[in-house]
Amino acid sequence: MEFLTALLRSMPGAMGQGLIWGIMAIGVYITYRILDVADLTVDGSLATGGAVCVLLTVNGCNVWVALVIAVLAGMLAGLVTGLFHTFCGIPAILAGILTQLALYSINLRIMGWGTDAGTKASLAVSVNDYPLLVSSRYIRDLTLENPLFLLVIFVAVVIALLYWFFGTELGSALRATGANQNMARAQGINTNVTKVLGLMISNGLVALSGALLAQYQGSSTIDMGRGAIVIGLAAVIIGEVIFSQIFRNFALKLLAAIIGSIIYYIVLQFVLRLGLDTNDLKLLTALVVAIFLAVPYWKGRYFTKTVRKEGSRNA
Amino acid sequence: MLEIREIYKTFNAGTINEKRAMNGVSLTLNDGDFVTVIGGNGAGKSTLLNLVAGVYPVDSGSIAIDGQDVTRLPEHKRAQFIGRVFQDPMMGTAATMQIEENLALAARRGQRRSLRVGITKAEREEYRELLKILDLGLEDRLTSKVGLLSGGQRQALTLLMATLKKPKLLLLDEHTAALDPKTAAKVLDTTEKIVRRDKLTTLMITHNMRDAIAHGNRLIMMYEGRIAVDVAGEEKKKLTVEQLLALFSKASGSDEADDKLLLG
Repeated sequence: MEFLTALLRSMPGAMGQGLIWGIMAIGVYITYRILDVADLTVDGSLATGGAVCVLLTVNGCNVWVALVIAVLAGMLAGLVTGLFHTFCGIPAILAGILTQLALYSINLRIMGWGTDAGTKASLAVSVNDYPLLVSSRYIRDLTLENPLFLLVIFVAVVIALLYWFFGTELGSALRATGANQNMARAQGINTNVTKVLGLMISNGLVALSGALLAQYQGSSTIDMGRGAIVIGLAAVIIGEVIFSQIFRNFALKLLAAIIGSIIYYIVLQFVLRLGLDTNDLKLLTALVVAIFLAVPYWKGRYFTKTVRKEGSRNA
Repeated sequence: MLEIREIYKTFNAGTINEKRAMNGVSLTLNDGDFVTVIGGNGAGKSTLLNLVAGVYPVDSGSIAIDGQDVTRLPEHKRAQFIGRVFQDPMMGTAATMQIEENLALAARRGQRRSLRVGITKAEREEYRELLKILDLGLEDRLTSKVGLLSGGQRQALTLLMATLKKPKLLLLDEHTAALDPKTAAKVLDTTEKIVRRDKLTTLMITHNMRDAIAHGNRLIMMYEGRIAVDVAGEEKKKLTVEQLLALFSKASGSDEADDKLLLG
């Protein structure tokens, strides 16, 4: 009973974390599922978003403006990865790793802006002193200050904007690039441009998630993005496993990633309450993602029945 | 419409895998020409089409389409002039996108892609009509994912996409080779219909000599990166497979020209 109440009490926190990381998961969805690229920039750009947002906020900048600039910083990181990949011909996965590594130094510099040392591994921003948009302090309050309200609105706006964008000519070109580059180029699409654009949008969202996360937890830290790509993938995959049969619409697919992220954090709370050491979490996450990625492969390889190709009769 | 001058292309230059794929080819197509291309494996047929489409650059020489030099233009920019259908049915369409979405992408070939809606209601009706020419029932499946279609259906759809915005040049790279004979005949039939209707300037590679003779107003045969035989007009109309073989032996300077060499 005590276990259950403790678990229930932790649910709002799991929801909050899940919603924030869900925005990040949507960023991963754009690269991993739509562009068909595994972009590792996100581990760095998440922390960049947090660092930029907190630095600007503690220096007196309006929180909303700080949020927008954090998103732009993330998009800039995506631009760099995109140029590494397209202009320099570096494989996408390595391009992302390079940017991520570079961002580690840059994030230290951002957080250390104006200090004597010039670098700093964390930067605090207290909800007591600044009008933060979201804070975990109010997560169980039944007031409008509860971050869940604003987070749900954020998520809804992000999904609506992306739904609109991927329905436009440009958005369709981006989807075509991920689906079949040969076809895209044959139809006159500059696939380098669409890839860079996709990476920018993705990392902008990841930075937004980082900015919200830093506000939510009251600080930005240099390693807040460590393993972010895996958490994002976990959210995307959990969402797909559960909802792929019923969610056909694009907006719902994005929603599935959000719900996947929330489920991830609820499960996390559950195993933590069961007594799992926090330090073992990343191991657990990595294993879960590895298994979920492997299952479809195993299914295809070891359990295929010989099925007649669909539609061949009408060929 | 198409003017190719003295183009050369060598792959893997300077390595033991060096392959001279294009050996000074010059070719001029007039407006409305339908040219069939045959030749054995490695003769340079696909390389010729890929060089025209800009998949990779020429080492030297020039290519002009409708009087405009496109030698230095990248593939996606040349696409405004060119419609293409590939040998691999998977290559010409986006499997995870709907039939109408694929068509809408093709309808914007050569245009700037903006933040306008990707497919309009009026377009949908237009596509429904256009798909009828394929006679595959696709007009009732506009929102089906292309990945659900058979190879023949995908190839037919690719053909429709390639010709949706009347291209200055249509490039067909053995587009029926991967299909079963019945489906291949149907796709080829549709090709002929569309090319005639729109009077498209066309280059069609085929591995089938009978098809090469039956279609088009001109036939070229490639051998070792050069054009070995070029037959047009009345002469082409009367051509037989036997004559074609004889022409090839003469041009390549060997009398070993058998079906294998030509049919690849």
